[in-house]
Amino acid sequence: MVKYYLSGNEAIAEGAIRAGCRYYAGYPITPSSEIMERISVRFNEIGGVFIQMEDEIASICSVIGASWAGAKAMTATSGPGFTLMQEGIGYAAMTETPIVIVDVQRAGPGMGQATRVGDGDIMQAKWGSSGDYQVIAICPWSVQEAYEQTINVFNLAEKYRIPVLLLTEESIGHLRERIEVVKDIEIFNRRKKAGAAPFGTEERGGVPPMPTFGEGEKLLVTASTHDSHGFRKTDDPLVHERLVSRLNEKIINNREKIIDYEKYYLEDATVVVISYGSTARSSLFAVEALRAEGRKIGMLRLKTLWPFPDGLRRDIGAKANMLFVPEMNRGQVAGEVRKYVSCPVVSFTQTNGEVIRPDTIIEQLRRHL
Amino acid sequence: MPRDMEQYLRPGLTSTPFCPGCGHGILMGLIFRAIDDLELNMDEMLFVSGIGCAGWIPSPHFNADTLHTLHGRAIPAATGAKMFNPKLRVMVISGDGDLVDIGGNHLIHAARRNMDLTVICASNMVYGMTGGQVCSTTPAAVFTQTTTQGNPYQPFDLCKLVVAAGATYAARYSVTQPFALIASIKKALKINGFCFIEVLSPCPTQFGRHNQLDTPVDMIKELIDKCIMNKRAKNLSPEELKDKIITGEFTSGGN
Repeated sequence: MVKYYLSGNEAIAEGAIRAGCRYYAGYPITPSSEIMERISVRFNEIGGVFIQMEDEIASICSVIGASWAGAKAMTATSGPGFTLMQEGIGYAAMTETPIVIVDVQRAGPGMGQATRVGDGDIMQAKWGSSGDYQVIAICPWSVQEAYEQTINVFNLAEKYRIPVLLLTEESIGHLRERIEVVKDIEIFNRRKKAGAAPFGTEERGGVPPMPTFGEGEKLLVTASTHDSHGFRKTDDPLVHERLVSRLNEKIINNREKIIDYEKYYLEDATVVVISYGSTARSSLFAVEALRAEGRKIGMLRLKTLWPFPDGLRRDIGAKANMLFVPEMNRGQVAGEVRKYVSCPVVSFTQTNGEVIRPDTIIEQLRRHL
Repeated sequence: MPRDMEQYLRPGLTSTPFCPGCGHGILMGLIFRAIDDLELNMDEMLFVSGIGCAGWIPSPHFNADTLHTLHGRAIPAATGAKMFNPKLRVMVISGDGDLVDIGGNHLIHAARRNMDLTVICASNMVYGMTGGQVCSTTPAAVFTQTTTQGNPYQPFDLCKLVVAAGATYAARYSVTQPFALIASIKKALKINGFCFIEVLSPCPTQFGRHNQLDTPVDMIKELIDKCIMNKRAKNLSPEELKDKIITGEFTSGGN
């Protein structure tokens, strides 16, 4: 085990390299640029391919091209750049191209406050591109987890052939902490099978193996509706239905394996805080402070935001009669939680470009205890 | 000796989707001839296209790896594949609306980087697939679905544009100049660096019908009449060159 002292953005760059990322294309945007800067230096040392593109659209499209050329490939951005990448995310979903996108969220909408924090891209991450598709989005709460989850998002992208998002925040990207890196980390590499259909399987929710350009497979890659060999079938209702179903089911059917969250003090909790990202650090402090006063309060920390952890109804515990969701947006996750529970959900929102402080959460929780 | 061009076509295809009189099928055949002359291995080639009629030239017809990208994004996708695997010989084939209008920023930046790509811009001077709207290569005063009073703007000179941006090789030919065009494609495939060929391709369906060029023959005749090689054009007066399209090579071609 080796210890480092890194910012979240630096840890993301190191995690990507550890996961096997050897292609990076990006465009500068605060507060994500340190990821690109570190990758540009580190790729010189280890032999990766780095290119600074002319915009975010070019960045994500070149990442898609590199992925089909055999690379584990990634880009990083923030809110407005993430918006420009949405069409590329839809393309990657439809063509089943494994790519990683890091969104270091800042305070929006619009240009907002570029150097300040927000969590406003949670819904954009799920619904930003056209049509019905799935993404996986992971939100870390520490520099340590930023490193580990960056490796995880590459593994998930390769395993499910899908665009995977590390949905982090300015407050984590620019936070410096000590991290510990262990030697043995599971790395998932692309499954290949010569001659196999690259866009279809016998199973309904299956993930086909993925060939690479230059292997003589004569690939037909298109984001138009296509059959299992890539031939465009743009007026066949059955082919479209089957493809869109499989693209969604390969994630929905595997969500128990994908979704990850942590439980704190839920055994006796009547009030449960549901929290994610850097807000969860303040939430845990608040929960522990109130428990010290004898309050029956617990917390569920979401690591996976998409697919949404619909099983939380089961895990908040039988005694829970109120949920409290603090967020640096106008209640994007609170609205999602309401879809899955029947008890009251209190949404606390703060959109001032600052992290939510523990005493703010304590004060808000006292009103409801 | 007759040559087997069928080997370059993906097996199982029986027809192209192109309209009668479209020049894209001619261009497809000329690209195959250039590849055949150079004896290139299709398994080491990647063909990247965007959205529009010309995006369908390589996808699905070419019996090789093809990447049919987002509208306007063929060049950045090709850049990613080429950068990660430089052994791939990457050719971008797409339309003028795709490469120049929506994708224009990527075009000039790839030229500036002198990215080792062969870019063939099949230019029909109109948005064909969407029904015949004006585009940035439509000549001034031409009628389209969205310029019913005549196009009020000047078109791009694409070869000047990419040369100014840093391209190693730029050329313009019409599908009515097949032998010169084959030679140009071969030259571009051999050069390391950004090579750009604008290929004028007739579109009687969407361009011709608004401009008294309703039939394939009318359009082909018009192109033969208008296209003039740059060597000949040098000796002509501006009056004589009015409404002419100057074809030929516009850079020395590097190595």
